[in-house]
Amino acid sequence: MAPAIEVRELVKRYRKGTVNAVDGVSFDVEQGQFFALLGPNGAGKTTTISILTTTLGPTSGIVKIAGHDVVREASAVRREVGIIFQNPSLDMNLNGEENIRFHAVLYGLYPYRPMYRLMPAAYRHQVRELADVVGLGAEVFKPVRRLSGGMRRKLEIIRGLMHHPKVLFLDEPTSGLDTASRRNLWQYISELRKQRDITICLTTHQLAEAEDADRVCIIDHGRVVAMGAPHDVKSELVHETLHIDAADRGVLRQQLHALKVPFSEDGHFVVRVDGRSAYELVHAIDQPLTMLRTESATLEEAYLRLLAEENA
Amino acid sequence: MPDLNAIAAIAGRDLLKFFRDPGRLIAAVVFPFLMIFLLGGTLQLNLGQSAGFNFIGFTFTGFLGMTLFQSTAQGLSSLMEDRLNDFAQEVFVSPVSRYSIVFGKIVGETLVAIMQVIPFVLFALILRVPLTPTHIALLVPVALLSCFMGGAFGLLLLNTMSDTRGANQIFNFVFLPQYFLAGLISPINVLPWYLAVLSLLSPMRYVIDLARGVVYAGTPEYGRVVLLSPATNIAVLGAMFVVFMVAGTALFVRRETSR
Repeated sequence: MAPAIEVRELVKRYRKGTVNAVDGVSFDVEQGQFFALLGPNGAGKTTTISILTTTLGPTSGIVKIAGHDVVREASAVRREVGIIFQNPSLDMNLNGEENIRFHAVLYGLYPYRPMYRLMPAAYRHQVRELADVVGLGAEVFKPVRRLSGGMRRKLEIIRGLMHHPKVLFLDEPTSGLDTASRRNLWQYISELRKQRDITICLTTHQLAEAEDADRVCIIDHGRVVAMGAPHDVKSELVHETLHIDAADRGVLRQQLHALKVPFSEDGHFVVRVDGRSAYELVHAIDQPLTMLRTESATLEEAYLRLLAEENA
Repeated sequence: MPDLNAIAAIAGRDLLKFFRDPGRLIAAVVFPFLMIFLLGGTLQLNLGQSAGFNFIGFTFTGFLGMTLFQSTAQGLSSLMEDRLNDFAQEVFVSPVSRYSIVFGKIVGETLVAIMQVIPFVLFALILRVPLTPTHIALLVPVALLSCFMGGAFGLLLLNTMSDTRGANQIFNFVFLPQYFLAGLISPINVLPWYLAVLSLLSPMRYVIDLARGVVYAGTPEYGRVVLLSPATNIAVLGAMFVVFMVAGTALFVRRETSR
């Protein structure tokens, strides 16, 4: 079975550009995977997503979605993908439902009718259901101009989910959403993945959202600088640490030297947990401890470390 | 046939936007009053007798053709506005063919232009421009052809624009000379050779002449007002439409994906 997303040596240089916005990027995403594309502003994430969704042509390289080439089989690709754009892409002259209806008809889901009440019952049910899921409710019938930024984002999310895409691209989908809406959205997307084996390709600056990804790909200056499961990327770059202290610091220091574990002192002892469990370490120390805390590495720490190294 | 629905949705969006724009609605009523009643009336009083035909009817057909043609052409520039405010990406990421998107846009702007000329025709009837039900029935296909021509022309122009300011400059540059070269308010039966060549290149000339060919058919003024037979005008407009449409769409699609 073809990967859901296949990218080989992708290069994009804009017509007036002097450097490649995307510079030889390659990755695969298997069907049903949750894949996160991370990187700082201007790294090439949105350019990559634009090429993957056929709104931008590549300069060179091969890109396939569900086995279809984005250049030669663009129409087939468009049927397989859904996207929630980074920049709001709503028509401000229409109301929320009219924006959704426009999308649904463009994707051939329902015949066009000039009024909501003339649309098929299945459409009306789907709109109401999705509006409730993202917490928009009856606000979906308000003119877009009168919706807040967060509500507009929710509207775009409803629109992107209407046609049940095989691959869903989420380009910073939760920017502008409050915490509750963000959680609701991720719960819904998680259920969607389980029910429909949908592939998710996410770009985000909220790195906590990528912690649950099957794989992350970090790009900088248009190039891949790290790729793998979040755990692997984290363990390569940052380490779990044990924070301890004792009444007699001199003895504790001697014991840590004896155990041959790397540590630093920062008002207390910060011990790197390498290749052993925190429990083993604590068990090996017989000095009474006045402080005990473990800190797990986060993707954000790994990401920041990586970018700092890249730009050093 | 999902594309027919998509064309209807794209066209329906344009019509909805028109009805929700009070400025455009007011202009659609005020503009014909100014043009036919004031301009046509003034020309009739001062030049009507020497020209040998009714200037109110002449002005009406001129502005009718111009409005249909220019409104659709300028309406196409909203494709550029969509690109600037990112709505275009929603349309272009959909599985609808690019030709259907462009065609839907032309159909939508055609409907808007036809809505705009309805008050025009009503004013003309009030001012006793001799329009029979047959004339009005024949003007419907003429209006459709004129709008489609305007849409294809607008699509071609669209590829020369990058922002709305530039669009306004280009529209002024392209349309203003055509008012004179197409005989909008003044006859062009006699022109110096260089203006005659430019006039022959003006698509608006054939649109206006076709409208006059229908309205003046069978009248004594026909020979003094109409330049070419309706069949010739239709043939020229058809050929121009095909060339502009194919070239315009190809350039537009290329520009969208080859940034």
